[in-house]
Amino acid sequence: MSVWSAFIQLIRRDLVLALRRRSELANPILFFVMVIVLFPLGIGAEPNLLARMAPGIVWVSALLAALLSMDAIFRSDFEDGTLEQLLLSAQPLPVLILAKVSAHWLVTGLPLLIVAPLLAVFLGMSETALGALLISLALGTPVLSLIGTIGVALTVGLRRGGVILSLLVLPLYVPVLIFGASMVDSAATGLSFSGQIYILAAFLALALSLAPVAAASALRISLS
Amino acid sequence: MNIFMKWFHRLGSPPWFYNISGKLIPWFAVTTILTLVVGMYGGLILAPADYQQGDSFRIIYVHVPAAWMSLFIYIVMAVAGAISLVWRMKMADVMLISSASVGASFTFIALVTGSLWGKPMWGTYWTWDARLTSELLLLFLYFGIIALYNAVEDRQTASRAVAVLTLVGVVNIPIIHYSVEWWNTLHQGTTVARMDGPAMDSSMLWPLLTMAVCFKLYYIWVLLVKARAELLSREINNGWVRELVGGKANG
Repeated sequence: MSVWSAFIQLIRRDLVLALRRRSELANPILFFVMVIVLFPLGIGAEPNLLARMAPGIVWVSALLAALLSMDAIFRSDFEDGTLEQLLLSAQPLPVLILAKVSAHWLVTGLPLLIVAPLLAVFLGMSETALGALLISLALGTPVLSLIGTIGVALTVGLRRGGVILSLLVLPLYVPVLIFGASMVDSAATGLSFSGQIYILAAFLALALSLAPVAAASALRISLS
Repeated sequence: MNIFMKWFHRLGSPPWFYNISGKLIPWFAVTTILTLVVGMYGGLILAPADYQQGDSFRIIYVHVPAAWMSLFIYIVMAVAGAISLVWRMKMADVMLISSASVGASFTFIALVTGSLWGKPMWGTYWTWDARLTSELLLLFLYFGIIALYNAVEDRQTASRAVAVLTLVGVVNIPIIHYSVEWWNTLHQGTTVARMDGPAMDSSMLWPLLTMAVCFKLYYIWVLLVKARAELLSREINNGWVRELVGGKANG
């Protein structure tokens, strides 16, 4: 089997598995929506205040939703032994991990993009800000998934991996949060945000090329 | 085999390290205390008060060396992590994990002294200044490393996992640093006094450099002590530890 077809097969397998468990599919989206609903309840529903804080609120919520769903990427495969078979397979592990991350992002990251317009309405964001939000989420959430994969790979064998995972991964998420939120912020105040697009794209390129390798070596250590 | 490789292999041998570090520790202890006394005397008594900040500036003799050490130790850990992953050297693992808590302490000291200095100078204990924020994130990275090490039961696996995490962190530290700097300048502009003011007078500078040397020596001292303890607990089932302990118990 060529590397490419292994990549496609693994994505297809993960997507089929995810679609068979539809209730789990909805969880990250529900979490994302509910966290965002909590903010107006907590800080007051004044439209100006909400519009000012919207970029940060949406990005922090997206980050938390991404973090929450991260744990599932290897969990079931680890429990039924599939992960060990992936490690033993003849295909390069980083490529397989990239396939798993891609499938995971399609199931958990992409839905955030789909519900984002609804939340933009909740928070009173303008149309240009919404456009910037969609671009920033499209570029940023894959980076969150890729970085998170390294953390999950390090903690997959642990019983209480969840708390440690957030401790490991959150500091590494900070740059994405900063540039994602500042991009939406710039758009909301009518400034150009092309700089942030380039930087987020650069993060994505860096994460795409390095994170699978790091996650592969972390996984080999965790399962050794 | 050339001399360097021989030295490198010897360094990887726990009994040899245990032996040599035992002999080195007193030297580092003495030089640490010596430089501490000289540096503190120079900084607290000899150096003149700053024309703007008065005596408050003297906190830099702890703050700045601690901040330097916080980054320096992380780099040492990353190098040790790389060595551990490439050559599977036991000593590199020990060095890496023994450094983590020292590094976290220095980062904490830098933050605390910084905020104590910030209260009279900036009028607030905490401001979301770029340097403060990236130092705080560095502290979180240290905590993550320590937490991961403690969470994995098998020491060998734990060390290698920590080595990977440290290397991931070292790629990220510049990114985090520059993003935070950029974020800060975007939102606030320069409301906060910049650290990189006028060049320092030599009467203020030499105690600072002495303290920096002192902190480095202290790090090596503590590192050796911690590494020896870590080594003993790891190698508890090996012959040389039994010999060491047994010999002392009998004698």
